[in-house]
Amino acid sequence: MSFVRAQRSVLPGFGLSLGFTLTYLSLIVLIPLSAAFIKTAGMSWADFMTAVASPRVMASYRLSFFASLAAGLVNSFFGLIVAWVLVRYSFPGKRVVDALVDLPFALPTAVAGIALTAIYSKNGWVGQYLEPHGIKIAFTEIGVFMALTFIGLPFVVRTLQPVLSELEPEIEEASATLGANRWQTITRVILPELLPPLITGFALSFARALGEYGSVVFISGNMPMRTEITPLLIITKLEQYDYHGATAIAVVMLVASFSMLLVINLLQKWSRRYYQV
Amino acid sequence: MSIQVSSIRKTFGAFTALNGVDLHVPSGKLVALLGPSGSGKTTLLRIIAGLEFADEGSGQIQFHGVDVTRVPAGQRKVGFVFQHYALFRHMTIFENIAFGLKVRPRAERPAAREIAERVRFLLKLVQLEGLEGRYPSQLSGGQRQRIALARALAVDPKVLLLDEPFGALDAKVRKELRRWLRRFHDEIHLTTVFVTHDQEEALEIADEVVIMNQAKVEQVGTPQEVYDRPASPFVYQFLGNVNVLRAQALAHAGAHQPHAGALESDGRVYVRPHDIEVIPHIPGAPGMAAVLRYVHAAGPQARLTLEQVQTRETIEVEIARSELSLLDLKTGDLVNLRLRQGHSFADDYAI
Repeated sequence: MSFVRAQRSVLPGFGLSLGFTLTYLSLIVLIPLSAAFIKTAGMSWADFMTAVASPRVMASYRLSFFASLAAGLVNSFFGLIVAWVLVRYSFPGKRVVDALVDLPFALPTAVAGIALTAIYSKNGWVGQYLEPHGIKIAFTEIGVFMALTFIGLPFVVRTLQPVLSELEPEIEEASATLGANRWQTITRVILPELLPPLITGFALSFARALGEYGSVVFISGNMPMRTEITPLLIITKLEQYDYHGATAIAVVMLVASFSMLLVINLLQKWSRRYYQV
Repeated sequence: MSIQVSSIRKTFGAFTALNGVDLHVPSGKLVALLGPSGSGKTTLLRIIAGLEFADEGSGQIQFHGVDVTRVPAGQRKVGFVFQHYALFRHMTIFENIAFGLKVRPRAERPAAREIAERVRFLLKLVQLEGLEGRYPSQLSGGQRQRIALARALAVDPKVLLLDEPFGALDAKVRKELRRWLRRFHDEIHLTTVFVTHDQEEALEIADEVVIMNQAKVEQVGTPQEVYDRPASPFVYQFLGNVNVLRAQALAHAGAHQPHAGALESDGRVYVRPHDIEVIPHIPGAPGMAAVLRYVHAAGPQARLTLEQVQTRETIEVEIARSELSLLDLKTGDLVNLRLRQGHSFADDYAI
């Protein structure tokens, strides 16, 4: 039997690096996650269904999903504006604003939650003006959405910034000489170029929001059927020593998140179709 | 449509890009703006296009007698082609070319069928039929530049402006494409201005060459005029190789009979390498003695590097290969040089 030598490459070490990647991913991601599946496998189907499909759990899925989706979309819109301003214009204090964007990354999420609650509650800075108009933010779904928006903002800004700053000014000038007005140039030339990073930023922000726990528990009030997010429900079950119930919900979250990220990845690939040569 | 540029000034902070530039581009001509980098040629082109605006209070840009100085780019009816193509990479070739027609207000926008016809006509014009469905990334540099040209022509411009259109291409494609542009211009007769720093390119295809240096126009003329009768030492040196020799030394050597008054110039004589004759060295014969240092014989012409015996100045000479073999020279040999023609400039000119 002849020994087939791998093709020589200027960048050797494919085998080694792939092996490392797989080992690392297994240790950090796959093994802990598979524990959730193994634990769930011990349940009967009926038990599983009661655990994951009770009305209270269903309500939490709805809140988690829609609040995260809304936060992701809002972040995509405003994140785009923030990134645009930070790349295109120079103004005094730009560095400070740039650094502020990263704050939601660095701040302990509990601090963010407490701060937001303090501001938006009935007698908080902002809440006291909204309350007379019948607008409640703290301890409602809107509060959950606010917290998720807060923690997701940096993802969109940071994925858009490098792409935006590399965008050639010539394509805008070409568009202008061809008679397009500013609005047409933005919607037909610039935005399509920004679509791939925008989708990535949205996906990251959305995924982060789905798993967020720390900041939400303070502002949501955690009322069953109304303002309970799924991660909180998992903690609640754990505190009641219902390990099976907790892992069952975790598995549902896992599968749902993974399939959504997969879909977003495919979308991402589609939006970059013109790069392929 | 003719272009008239009158006393245009443009400064970027402390840097003066254009210092009172006047220029007339006759209707239907192919004009080259030629100059070294930083000479202001691209800025001038961008001001003509409306992508840049001249300083407040400086002169005017007129298209066919109409003042367009304050008109924005989109309304000037100019086609602009960029050095790096600036194609919209998320659009197919069809969409790229159709862009200028599709962004028109509804009332002026042609029907979809007419747009499709126009795109196909333009693709045929730039000889790239059948590429409608491709993306720019799937095309070669030369093809992309022709698509950029087709896109610029789609809106039926009155003036075509090209900014270093062949600058990003490799030498061979560059030559092909510039000859193609010349033939293309002969077909469509659109007033065209292109910017280049390549003198060979400008001299080969332009009807008229505008030579710029340090924010000013140095000379305007047909390629032959500017090459044969350069208006300044700068132009002389920019348009091809040149030997700058001290007139005094030449006169003593009897190699050059200066025209009357020439010696009252800056004391330098400008001689093209192919305007020097190499003859065997005979003591006492007219011409200046020089020692052969190097011979570069690759190419149709042989390039000789010589050192003048008296002044030790280095002189470059170009002679035919056949002539070189007749002379039968080795490095270190002594020869006599005679000038067929040289130039001196009356003005004292700092280079």
